[in-house]
Amino acid sequence: MTDNFNELSSIQLDALKEIGNIGAGNAATALAQMVHSKIDMDVPQVSILPFEDVADLIGGAESHVVGIYLNVSGSAPLSILFILPIANACLLVDMLIGKELYSTNPEELSDMDISAMMELGNIISATYLNSLAMFTQLSFSPSVPALGMDMAGAILDAILAQFGQVADHVLLLETQFKKEDVDVVGHFFLLPEPESLSVILSALGVNF
Amino acid sequence: MSNIIQVGMADMKIARPPDKLMTAGLGSCIGICIIDKSIKLASLAHIMLPSSVQAKNPQNRAKFADSAVDMVVEEMQKQGASVSRLQAKIAGGAQMFKFSGDSDIMKIGARNAQAVEEALKKHNIKLLASDTGGNHGRTITFDPETGDLLVRTIGHGERVL
Repeated sequence: MTDNFNELSSIQLDALKEIGNIGAGNAATALAQMVHSKIDMDVPQVSILPFEDVADLIGGAESHVVGIYLNVSGSAPLSILFILPIANACLLVDMLIGKELYSTNPEELSDMDISAMMELGNIISATYLNSLAMFTQLSFSPSVPALGMDMAGAILDAILAQFGQVADHVLLLETQFKKEDVDVVGHFFLLPEPESLSVILSALGVNF
Repeated sequence: MSNIIQVGMADMKIARPPDKLMTAGLGSCIGICIIDKSIKLASLAHIMLPSSVQAKNPQNRAKFADSAVDMVVEEMQKQGASVSRLQAKIAGGAQMFKFSGDSDIMKIGARNAQAVEEALKKHNIKLLASDTGGNHGRTITFDPETGDLLVRTIGHGERVL
């Protein structure tokens, strides 16, 4: 089962959705506190996708995005990617630093802006991982966040390449964060490495 | 009617004029464009990783630099190309993330570029031009009619190889 995501049972998928739900819920709260604004989230999706389809989730391979990536080590290694259109990232930076809205220019980002973006990714990921750790009693050690700003496809392939050595599909736990029901803020992806999935499922008590 | 044939990640396609080949959003991946100009037969392979040797799932040959070039040579020969006439242009192999610390994810682009060059050399395919490295993504379009490779980026301009 570990190498074949398609053999996951519906109970296992539900368990993954549930940890996604709680992790993302806490992350949304943390994000809302940081930017002093209401942040909603949608119901997490678990998808098993061939690599080439992942970019479609975020507006196509050529859309201009910011990606904040953390490599998480521990007994269940995984990757976390918070990806959002560059305009939304700038808006969050405005809110975080307390600048006038729409004043951050995507063409001329200062070190402060970039560092604010990394911090956003950091807090969201750390909050999410904390919930995951509580649920599974596993420990997760995230790397420092890495920031990429470019075409969505280019950001993704650098991350998917790590999975390419062992798989052709990737399991994505995806949550969208929304601001006041309308603006889609960004997408949060949790990508367990194939062998991590059974570790996580065992810890949740649904590995059968 | 000319079509633009999209080549996905870990995929390979062959085209003749007036069609063109395109792959969007190359990061650490590399687009290998190979052409036999005398019969205007062109291919584009979008590889993700340098080597199929250690891979647990080498079935998809277009995913790895070494097996993708082997596959392109075989498939193009089937359609009438001659290996001695094949010429290549490559783009991609960037390092998308600034990481402090040492991680394999950083070097994958450079390793891919090196592996592609070695694989081309193995088949004696001449590398006419390359646009690899840097820290930006690339969208490329390869024209079998002219052999021109158009490289588009965000914030790093456009160029034709």
